Amino acid sequence: MAKRVFRLFRGQGNTGQLVDYELECDEGMVVLDAVHRIQAEQAPDLACRWNCKAGKCGSCSAEINGKPRLMCMTRLSDYPPDRPITITPMKAFPLIKDLVTDVSWNYEVNRRLPEFKPRPPDFPDGSWRMYQYEVERAQEFRKCIECFLCQDVCHVLRTHRKHDEFIGPAFLTRAAAYETHPLDTNDRATYLKEQGGIGYCNITKCCTEVCPESIAITDNAIIPLKERVVDRHYDPLRAIVRLLKG
Amino acid sequence: MATSAAPRVLEERGLGATLRRDAWWLAPAAVAIGLLAFGFYATWAAWVGDHYEWGPYLSPFYSPLFEPGWWPLSPAFLILWAPLGFRVTCYYYRKAYYRAFFLDPVACAVGEPRHDYHGERKLFVFQNLHRFFMYLAVVFIFILGWDAIVSFIWPVCSDAVRAVSVPGACGVLPSGELAEGPRTFGIGVGSLVLTINVILLAGFTFGCHALRHAVGGSIDCFSCAKFGRQRYRLWRGVTVLNKRHMFWAWISLFWVGFADLYVRLVAMGVISDLRLL
Ligand code: SF4
Ligand code: SF4
Ligand code: FES
Ligand code: FES
Repeated sequence: MAKRVFRLFRGQGNTGQLVDYELECDEGMVVLDAVHRIQAEQAPDLACRWNCKAGKCGSCSAEINGKPRLMCMTRLSDYPPDRPITITPMKAFPLIKDLVTDVSWNYEVNRRLPEFKPRPPDFPDGSWRMYQYEVERAQEFRKCIECFLCQDVCHVLRTHRKHDEFIGPAFLTRAAAYETHPLDTNDRATYLKEQGGIGYCNITKCCTEVCPESIAITDNAIIPLKERVVDRHYDPLRAIVRLLKG
Repeated sequence: MATSAAPRVLEERGLGATLRRDAWWLAPAAVAIGLLAFGFYATWAAWVGDHYEWGPYLSPFYSPLFEPGWWPLSPAFLILWAPLGFRVTCYYYRKAYYRAFFLDPVACAVGEPRHDYHGERKLFVFQNLHRFFMYLAVVFIFILGWDAIVSFIWPVCSDAVRAVSVPGACGVLPSGELAEGPRTFGIGVGSLVLTINVILLAGFTFGCHALRHAVGGSIDCFSCAKFGRQRYRLWRGVTVLNKRHMFWAWISLFWVGFADLYVRLVAMGVISDLRLL
């Protein structure tokens, strides 16, 4: 294959620039291969994060031609050969160096989520009974590889920087995994409305568009959670029923 | 190694700022055009308050038909607020117009005009009432279903009836009303238009997220809940339609406008309805 130009972001903290690298490419290469080759041949100090090269660890998140994607799952052949491929770090998180951002905010958010609280065991041996059909909904959300691409693309975080008030689509998905689990007894409606900031999401679905695990984040996680929040906080009929029932 | 200088500030500042190279503006532009076109047509068609009935056909914009003497405007305005509210607060349309009209965001990873952002917490908190419009929309499906059934009921075409009818439309008087006398089953192109209309609207309504929640989505443990199995099946059914909610939203929007236009053009005499049976 011929030479290609890669336009990489190089920098640290608040400064940096786009730098062009010309590279001999082979057939079948993915963007992460190209970044590694640049590292090996031209820029040994280039920082990038990766682990599995199989789309399963969620480490190699970046933005390729402006779109949040996994570098290891993005083929060069998907892009016209005569135009540079731009690779920039995620924008929703603080930059450490080059393509590496500090995603630790996500782990803090995760710790604050109301935890999974199963009902008391169904049997004396401490086990439960549940059926595949009823746990399927929650299983979709367990596919999440924590790449945080959805957090990156979400305009509430990316553009409006509401990190203190909004947990983002990844953790709304996590909350839905607990919330819709047949054994769970915890109630997260008030948490999601108040601390979770679910009202900030305007269901514009960018998170769903970028999720490499094809989780229907908006339709299957966020909207069902919004409906649960409506049950608790915005439905006057339910409020009256609750009042009558005491 | 060439260097193209660019500031670190990679943030997309201002509307349309992005590193994306694809035609990200295409989808919001198409949505804006589609919604505006429908909006203008529907407003006009509701405003004129005329040519909404012909033979056994009633335009969906005017159904159910209320014509109280005290109401000065078109009868459409008495009922249209319900389907309008249903669409405005629909989760899919919200996405569509937040992107296309509020540019919030206009497309993914594309800059927005600078503004104070509150999402659906302040001004748009009313969106949470979507389920109440859904209850009404379900009632409308039955009403429009009734209209579709009625559109298959025609006067028996006797010689006397034929003599007073418009040429080519036996049973329909020049005023557009149906002739007196016994009734029989019949099919006109309009009957099919109104039947397809209610089917498409049902596909949209029965795929609603709020309905999905109401029938089963609110349950965590189906095997513990009363009627859990049945509710699970209902939930699955709504989910099938829900997956294509955008498709149903557009096709039903287009067709309801078309159904009105069809009845209107027939009532105005611009085209004539073809009687198939
Ligand atoms: S749908 Fe909601 S959570 Fe997902 S990207 Fe859009 S605003 Fe963010
Ligand atoms: S939900 Fe999808 S996009 Fe978001 S972190 Fe998980 S795998 Fe990544
Ligand atoms: S390196 Fe693991 S997901 Fe890309
Ligand atoms: S979500 Fe679209 S109609 Fe309810």
